[in-house]
Amino acid sequence: MKNWLRQHALCLAATLGRLTRTPLASLLNVGVIGVALALPLAFYVVLANVQGCARANAPTPQLSLFLKIDAPAAAAREIEARLKKHEGIAKYRFIARDQALADLKASTGLADVIASLNRNPLPDGFVVDAKENSAAVLEKLRDEFKAWPGVEHVQLDSAWARRLDATLHLGRLIVLGLAALLAFALVAVTFNTIRLQMLTQRAEIEVAKMIGATNPFVRRPFLYYGALTGLLGAAVGWGIVWGGLRLLNDRLAGLGQLYDAQLRLTHLSLPDTLSLCLFAATLGWLGAWLSASRNLAELEE
Amino acid sequence: MISFSQVTKRYPGAGGGYEALKSATLDIQPGEMVFITGHSGAGKSTLLKLMAAIERPTSGTVLVNHQNVSTLRASALPFVRRNFGLMFQDHKLLYDRSVYQNVVLPLNIIGYNAAEAGKRVRAALDKVGLLAKEKAMPVTLSGGEQQRLAIARAIVHRPSILLADEPTANLDAAYALELGELLRSFNQVGVTVVIATHDEQLQSRLQPRCIALAQGRVTQ
Ligand SMILES: Nc1ncnc2c1ncn2[C@@H]1O[C@H](COP(=O)(O)OP(=O)(O)OP(=O)(O)O)[C@@H](O)[C@H]1O
Ligand SMILES: [Mg+2]
Repeated sequence: MKNWLRQHALCLAATLGRLTRTPLASLLNVGVIGVALALPLAFYVVLANVQGCARANAPTPQLSLFLKIDAPAAAAREIEARLKKHEGIAKYRFIARDQALADLKASTGLADVIASLNRNPLPDGFVVDAKENSAAVLEKLRDEFKAWPGVEHVQLDSAWARRLDATLHLGRLIVLGLAALLAFALVAVTFNTIRLQMLTQRAEIEVAKMIGATNPFVRRPFLYYGALTGLLGAAVGWGIVWGGLRLLNDRLAGLGQLYDAQLRLTHLSLPDTLSLCLFAATLGWLGAWLSASRNLAELEE
Repeated sequence: MISFSQVTKRYPGAGGGYEALKSATLDIQPGEMVFITGHSGAGKSTLLKLMAAIERPTSGTVLVNHQNVSTLRASALPFVRRNFGLMFQDHKLLYDRSVYQNVVLPLNIIGYNAAEAGKRVRAALDKVGLLAKEKAMPVTLSGGEQQRLAIARAIVHRPSILLADEPTANLDAAYALELGELLRSFNQVGVTVVIATHDEQLQSRLQPRCIALAQGRVTQ
């Protein structure tokens, strides 16, 4: 175990040495990966910002429950009890039919028309805020309320929520597509780099194998190199997006003052940054592994 | 220690390939010093490569320390190879690495820690008289020094068998004898030494057991 750890530590040191021995080639490699990563990353960051902004500023869609016009007061109390117990509801408000009529009279200027009615045409109602505002959740609540006794009609304006969901969904799809392309590019770049490295070190690899090196031993420094370039590439990509955001935020601050609003794009969260690093390092490792294994298999023939 | 029975090695190539070794049968005991002799192309290097499990026999069995190399899994071969110290006919030194780094390679492969490896590398370099050249690059060494560097790399991990392929080629007679003595000194401390050579002077000096090859057959 100790031996194993030492081998890995030695290997990591050797890999860092190799990176610094060929600074230009390593720099270019890392740069290519960084630029390739920056594009989907920037898109993702913008999407995350839009999502956060939309969630924060969207009018929360409400559910309106209307009771039957001749429902007794007991029915309203029963529904109120159910709402109170319901897990998915953040808050609700009861609007008695008389109150509703009074509001209407006050707000619309239809006082004359309303005064001419000989009875109140409005039912009792509840206005309900759900805890979660995704279209799917709201629609499920609507269907549930509809089945309750005494409920005549449930109204939900979910069109906006649906549109937002659909847009964000599309954005996520684009990010995924870009990420997949990028993953391929990252694997391909490391594959090729490692292939070239192994060609230039062919003599050494052959000697090492003849005097008892195992395939994992030969492969290990290349795997480290792949993972490390992936990781550094991720750092470069992160840095590019960071720089871009800084420039953009300066402009946005000016714009925001004109509109009297605070406009700011925030960078990747810490968990997202860590995932990015893990993702890039794993792909670099994978490209190196594929390349090195193929090369070793060719040597063995 | 090493045992060949009916070993044939055919290299792939045009016209059914080339049989470099034809049903060779031989035995080498622990602690022996053995010369493999024969004309150029007789199959001496091929024989050494079969011993060190670098090549696998086309047919027949090769036993090293009672392990059958012909049937061993590929992933087990590296561990068989570590029993040997190898001096290649063309040295196979790493010319982009220092003397020290060349010699430490077998120890890195086995997984020695840096301190222990350093001690062993210096002991090996001392033995072949290259201690002062630890940091030099191999190209700056003379032919004889490169040969000794190859020896240092071969013995640094204290193998139980030393295989040397034409160790005295391109060396003047006096130097060749000196190198022969060095090889004998390893044999005297219990290392099995197998040398492929057509250096007759060396042969008469060391008086080893000889295995003669001609056209890929063992003739004696
Ligand atoms: N990898 C190979 N592929 C094809 N043929 C080979 C290969 N290695 C050796 N041979 C052939 O096998 C024969 C024996 O080669 P080997 O190297 O064993 O001879 P040798 O006795 O060591 O000769 P020398 O004294 O010149 O080193 C030669 O004819 C050579 O051409
Ligand atoms: Mg030869």
